[in-house]
Amino acid sequence: MLELKNVVKSFNGKTIINNLNLKIQDGKILTIVGPSGAGKTTLLRCISGLEKIDSGEFLLDGQPFDPYESRDNESVIGVVFQDFQLFPNLSVIDNITLAPINVLHQKETEAKERVQNIIERLDLTKFVEQYPYQLSGGQKQRVAIARALAMNPSILCYDEPTSALDPELRNEVSKLILDLKENGITQVIITHDIEFADKVADDTLTVKPVD
Amino acid sequence: MFNINYISEIIPSLLSGASMTLQVFCWTIVGSLILGVFLALGLVSKFKPFQAIISAYVWLMRGTPLLLQLIFIFYGLPTVGIVFPRYEAALLAFILNYAAYFAEIFRGGLQSVDKGQYEAGRVLQMTYWQTTKKVILPQVAKIVLPSIGNEVINLVKDSSLVYVIGIGDLLRAGNVAAARDVTLVPFILVGIMYLILTGICTFLLRKVEKHYSYFK
Repeated sequence: MLELKNVVKSFNGKTIINNLNLKIQDGKILTIVGPSGAGKTTLLRCISGLEKIDSGEFLLDGQPFDPYESRDNESVIGVVFQDFQLFPNLSVIDNITLAPINVLHQKETEAKERVQNIIERLDLTKFVEQYPYQLSGGQKQRVAIARALAMNPSILCYDEPTSALDPELRNEVSKLILDLKENGITQVIITHDIEFADKVADDTLTVKPVD
Repeated sequence: MFNINYISEIIPSLLSGASMTLQVFCWTIVGSLILGVFLALGLVSKFKPFQAIISAYVWLMRGTPLLLQLIFIFYGLPTVGIVFPRYEAALLAFILNYAAYFAEIFRGGLQSVDKGQYEAGRVLQMTYWQTTKKVILPQVAKIVLPSIGNEVINLVKDSSLVYVIGIGDLLRAGNVAAARDVTLVPFILVGIMYLILTGICTFLLRKVEKHYSYFK
């Protein structure tokens, strides 16, 4: 479980996150909804360690945890970016195994073997040798999810997972996210798509701009 | 006019001129590419004074003629007691000048890679250098190759400027023969040799570009 206590974050004197308290339960899906400018993305960037919080603390399974500093491979916060940010110079399989090989120091064959079930679960078997430019938006998103899962994250975060996709794909994404939940993966989803949020959420945090 | 005997007579001197041209070319490429990478890192660094100094350097080098720089180093600096031999003076001028162009090209390349790529590497727990090496640099290389190619072709031809400080390059060899024998033939041969040199460069650059065409 990840717990946020009195988290404060401001940019240039403007408070974006004001004393936020939040619990993210293991194996559950938390959606964070709210209008643009409410600080949803900032919150996700703080949880995933891309921004340093000004004050407050994080507790991961009861232990103090600083995502900004943490280099602990046991407590990774995975991120699926809105624009996916796949590595264009690497094939799908190399995108997925790059971090396991370089960070977890797995051998290439071992890394490929270990991610096999992730690839099958996300229906990517046919695409492993292709490059990101050859994939559709939905396929890119699944590669981004697979790449994050390969690091065995404690929590998987999504920034607006439906915004870059065709509307018809929305149902597929919610199915996929619920399927990952079945597999015990804790997920945090930022979205402004209320209907989508209702479909997948166990808990919902509604944020609004700080006055 | 195109007398085979005459051509075979002057070819050796043209070839030795061409070898000087190639030497200047090769050392300049090596020196200025390496220096250019460091200058580019300075241009994108967050340390402002460093950035300002290198920007001024780039402005100076790109804003004045290479010919002036060459003359300045070889004929100008000795008046204040700094003397370089011809060949060294030529290499110094060319490397300093071309490094400025390469620095700008690399800077553009580095800045055109999405910042999100670093963040993607970071959330995968990769270090800055791992991400730079495995993800950023291959993308930069692909982006900058066509511009680098342009400069490489330019350099083959610019190397003829060493003529003014009395270095025996390809152009000078041709000029000497033409003045001595009062004929156009050496100039035409010199032109053909430059075409061959730039042709080889173009071919090699295409090969490298093709190597990087596997991704977009």
